[in-house]
Amino acid sequence: MITGGFILYKVILVVIVFLISLVIAMYSTYAERKVAAFMQDRIGPNRAGPFGLLQPLADGLKMFMKEEIIPNLSNKFLFILGPSVAMFTACITGAVIPWGKSLMIGGTAYPLQVTDINIGILYIMAVTSIGVYGIMIGGWASNNKYSLMGALRASSQMISYEIAMGLAIIALVMHTGTLSLRDISAMQSGWHWNIIYQPLGFLIFLICAFAETNRTPFDLPESDSELIGGYHTEYSSMKLGFYLFAEYINMFISSAVISTLYFGGYNIPGIGHLGLSPNLVAILGVVFLFAKISFFIFFFMWVRWTLPRFRYDQLMNLGWKVLIPLSILNVGLTGALMWIFGRIH
Amino acid sequence: MTQDYLQRYLFLILGFFGVLSALMVVFTKNPIHSVLYLVLTFFSIAGEYILLNAQFIAIVNVIVYAGAIMVLFLFVIMLLNLNKETEPHKNPYLKFAAVVTGGLMLIVLVGSLKMADTTAIATPYQGQKGLISNLGFVLFHDFLLPFEISSILFLAAMVGAVMLGKKDIK
Repeated sequence: MITGGFILYKVILVVIVFLISLVIAMYSTYAERKVAAFMQDRIGPNRAGPFGLLQPLADGLKMFMKEEIIPNLSNKFLFILGPSVAMFTACITGAVIPWGKSLMIGGTAYPLQVTDINIGILYIMAVTSIGVYGIMIGGWASNNKYSLMGALRASSQMISYEIAMGLAIIALVMHTGTLSLRDISAMQSGWHWNIIYQPLGFLIFLICAFAETNRTPFDLPESDSELIGGYHTEYSSMKLGFYLFAEYINMFISSAVISTLYFGGYNIPGIGHLGLSPNLVAILGVVFLFAKISFFIFFFMWVRWTLPRFRYDQLMNLGWKVLIPLSILNVGLTGALMWIFGRIH
Repeated sequence: MTQDYLQRYLFLILGFFGVLSALMVVFTKNPIHSVLYLVLTFFSIAGEYILLNAQFIAIVNVIVYAGAIMVLFLFVIMLLNLNKETEPHKNPYLKFAAVVTGGLMLIVLVGSLKMADTTAIATPYQGQKGLISNLGFVLFHDFLLPFEISSILFLAAMVGAVMLGKKDIK
């Protein structure tokens, strides 16, 4: 039954997940600039604080202090709704991700996950598909042709890559037999990581994650050389900040989803043999998960500063003529292998 | 029991918002606003599904209707750049015919609901029918043949749409 303690625990967990998402997104902007500097043999931000560590705070302050411009001929309500939707959808995805095992406090188990709904993966798919609205509404409401082009590119790209992503997830779900992210994490204890059983599915999922977060090489919605700034051309001040920030939160959440689905989540191989207390194991698991997430965030940046942007027809060809057939093949292959190994009755 | 009341009130509030936004779809002048109100309608319906313990149907409703089909609607409207000024004026006879057809549809829906057996739904908020395991079992066990036939129908429609969209057929 719902008690006061239960509500307090959920509220604390929600606030922590929310704050961690924001702080990680904040320092991703710093990391992005440092990684870019490293790849291009520069120094990067180093003025604000030691090693430039206060740079994200300075950037945030700058965003807030800038003049807020709403174009005269734009639709004002929708113009403000766009970045709000983008930020909102970016923030609510973290609710279903299992950040760690349960903590035992005073004889009660507190799972480190906001909610374990039995359709966890589909919830993430749904929130991703709603995220398109933020970009579309903002791009259209700006009343600018470059914004509109960016919005149309973003929506067609995200819808195209959602199909391949969904098919990659179907193959994974065939293997795991559950849609709950907590059960999927729990199944991958030891070395039974899903990447071993679903290497092709992982590759497809990773490419689609790049496309869904609008990161290079799929950042056509905001390609500055063709569209000025894409869907956020007309935005200034913190509304622009919301769009940019939502991208970094999405990157963090996709890294968390990739780590959970394919790389064992919070499981540490062989930790059961060390005889540590369950609470310590749970906390170490959270640290281990964040290490994986950090690696994938770095991977996102690594790719951004290595690969050039696709052309638009190449993007569509890759999505429809390569990734979708490959993911259908992966579903068939998974089914055939499961049948051969006698896992279908 | 208090929880049951809470769910009942939530259900009514969501229903109110669903009907209100559905009416706004029809009454608002700007096509983009129409589509956005329709998205709101789908969200209220998804909320009702969740209250009825059918999370899978709720989330599929959001993914397919709100997330994909409505985005395509928006896409087309944005590309055609429809707005109040450029919207073509419809024939009044056409409007009259649309009202009559819609009314007939309403009569059919009300008639079928009147005949429906509602005694089986004693505890609507604790139903297990919409859970994904039960739904999957029913679809792939009891109704396997109709399910597969309808998927072939979808495939045929998809191939047909691609053929119609092709500019030059060799």
